[in-house]
Amino acid sequence: MAQDILDIGGVKFTNRFFTGTGKYGNKEIMKNAITESGCQLVTVALRRMEPNSRHENIMDYIPKNITLMPNTSGARNHIEAVRIARIAREAGCGNFVKIEVINDMKYLMPDNEETVKAVKILADEGFIVLPYMMPDITAAKKMEDAGAAAIMPLGSPIGSNKGLQTRDMIEMLIENIKLPIIVDAGIGRPSQAAEAMEMGAAGVLVNTAVAAADDPVRMAAAFSKAIAAGREAYLAGIPMTKSYASASSPLTGFLSGD
Amino acid sequence: MTFYDLIKSGMTADFDKIAETIEDKDIEAALSKDKLTEFDLAALLSPKALKYLEPMAQKAHKLTVFHFGKTIQLYSPLYISNYCENRCLYCGFNHDSQIARKALEIGQVISEAEKIAESGITQIVLLTGESRQKTPISYLCQCVIELKKIFHHISLEIFPLETDEYRMLVEAGMDTVTVYQETYSEKEYGYFHLSGKKREYKYRAETPERVLDAGARGVNIGALYGLAEPRKEAFMSITHAGYLMKKYIDAEIGISFPRIRIIGEEKGIYHDVGDKTFVQMILAARLYLETAGITISTRENSQMRENLIRLGVTKYSAGSVTKVGGYTESGTEEQFAISDESTVDEMYEKIKKAGYDPVMKDWEMTI
Repeated sequence: MAQDILDIGGVKFTNRFFTGTGKYGNKEIMKNAITESGCQLVTVALRRMEPNSRHENIMDYIPKNITLMPNTSGARNHIEAVRIARIAREAGCGNFVKIEVINDMKYLMPDNEETVKAVKILADEGFIVLPYMMPDITAAKKMEDAGAAAIMPLGSPIGSNKGLQTRDMIEMLIENIKLPIIVDAGIGRPSQAAEAMEMGAAGVLVNTAVAAADDPVRMAAAFSKAIAAGREAYLAGIPMTKSYASASSPLTGFLSGD
Repeated sequence: MTFYDLIKSGMTADFDKIAETIEDKDIEAALSKDKLTEFDLAALLSPKALKYLEPMAQKAHKLTVFHFGKTIQLYSPLYISNYCENRCLYCGFNHDSQIARKALEIGQVISEAEKIAESGITQIVLLTGESRQKTPISYLCQCVIELKKIFHHISLEIFPLETDEYRMLVEAGMDTVTVYQETYSEKEYGYFHLSGKKREYKYRAETPERVLDAGARGVNIGALYGLAEPRKEAFMSITHAGYLMKKYIDAEIGISFPRIRIIGEEKGIYHDVGDKTFVQMILAARLYLETAGITISTRENSQMRENLIRLGVTKYSAGSVTKVGGYTESGTEEQFAISDESTVDEMYEKIKKAGYDPVMKDWEMTI
C-alpha cells in the first residue's frame, strides 16, 4: 500500500494531525503532548516567542524535528499579518506561516477579505501560506488563486469546542478547492476530528481541546488515533448511506419496455 | 452615542430595580446559559448569588481555560510622574498631599525601564498624575518611543486625553490605555473629586471611546471599589465593558477590580468590599463578558492573588513599585500601598505552582 503523503508547499507530511502550542498550563506537558500526538507540524504565535527570555522559552519545548508554523495571531489587518510573518521568518522560523487576521475580539472570527490580501503578498515573497478562514467558497478560491498552499477553514469558533458547525461549507471546499483543506478551530473531541477526516479533509489542527484537557498528553494520543481512523475510513471508501427509503409501493413499476 | 449617553437616556438596565426582584431561580437560570443578558448579570451580582459562588467559580474557570488557556500574563507598572492638579480624596497623589513631587526626565525613565526589563517583563504600564504642564503630550510620546525599544507592549494609565492626542501616542507605539471611572455614581463622583479636570464625569466616562476611536489596540476599564455601593459599581463597570466590546469589535477590552484599602478612620467614608463580594464580582464579569481580560494588581495580597489564578483572571502586575523613580532609587511616596510584594520571579513560580503558564510576552510588532 502506497504511503499516504500530504504535500503542503512541497513539504511532505505522513501525519495529518497538526497542533498548536497555546493555552497549555505547563510547557513540559505541552512538549509531551506534542510528542505523543506524532504531529509533524505545530503552530506557534510569534507574539509569544521569546528567544532571549530569562524564563522559559517556548521554543525549547517544541521537539526539534517538527516543522514550525508561526501564526500571525494578534494581526487585525493584512498589514499587521504581513509584518508579523516577516518578523517570524527573520527570526529563523522558516517559510511556513499561518495567517490569522482577526478583528473580532469576542468570537475571534477571521477576516477573509484581509486574509486574501495577506496571502497574495506573502505567497509572492516565497512563504508557504496557510490561511485560517471562515469557510466560504468564494474567499477560498481567491486564496487559492493568490497562492495559498492549503486552506484552513474553521469548524466552529476558536476555543468553543463545538465541532463541525460549518461542515456543509467545509464540504464545499473539499469538493471544489484543489488545495489541501485542513480543518482548524472548534474541534473539541476526537470524534469530531475523525468526522472531518471522513469527509475528506486533508488534515486537522487541534489546540484548545488538547491543551485544556485534564490530561493533555492522553488527549493528544486520542486525537491522533481518531484522525488516523478517520483518514483510513475515508481511503477505504465509506459506503453511502441511503437518503431515501426503499418504498414498498414502487412509483415506477408501471413502466415497461425501454 | 457614547456609553454616557446610553446611561443618561435610560437605555441601560436599572440595577437597583432589577436587584429587588432577583430570586434563586434567576441565578440558576443565569448559571445554565451560555449567553448572558444584563438581567442575568444583575442576578449573578446580587447578594443572593453569594451562595452560588462555587458553581459560578467552576463555570468561570472552564470558560477562562477554553478561551485563554491556563495562562496568566505578567506586567509591571512604571510611575513616571506624581504631579497632579486634581484633588481626589482617596489618592496618594492628591494635589493637597504634602509629598515630594517628581517627573522623571527621559533618561531616568529609561533607567527605570531597564531595571524592570531585567526581571523579564516585556509589558509595561506607564502612570502619571494629571499635569499637562509637567507631563505634556510631547513628553509622553517621547517616553513611549523610548520604551518601545525596551518593551513589546506599552500601556498608559494617565489623565484622559483628546482623540487626536491618543492618536499621536498610538503612532508613537502605545498599544493600550487603562482608565478607571473610579465610580459610576455621579453623586459619589462629585464627592470624591473635589477639583481639577478629573471632576468632569462625562469627559472621563467617554475616555475609553476616544482611546479606541484613536486606533489603540485596546482599553482597560474599571471602578475603584469602595467609593460607592460595590455591586452596582460592578454592574455598571461590567456592562460598560460589554458595551465597548460590542461597539469596538476589534478592540481588546479588559476590566479590573481595584479595591480601596480602608485604613482606620476612613471606614466611615468608604464602602467595605468583602473578599466574597470581590470574588463574586470577578466571576460575574467572566461569565457575562466571556472573552474580556481581567487584571488584578498588587492592591490585593499574595494569598488572594494565588487563589484567583483559577477563577477567571488573566493578567497580574508583578514586582510592582508605585513610587516615582522607585525601581532604581528610593523614589517618592507610593500612590497606594502594595499588598503583594512578590518579585517577578516569585510571581512566576507561584503561577507555575498553580498549574498555570506565566506569559511574559504577548505582543510583537515593529513600527
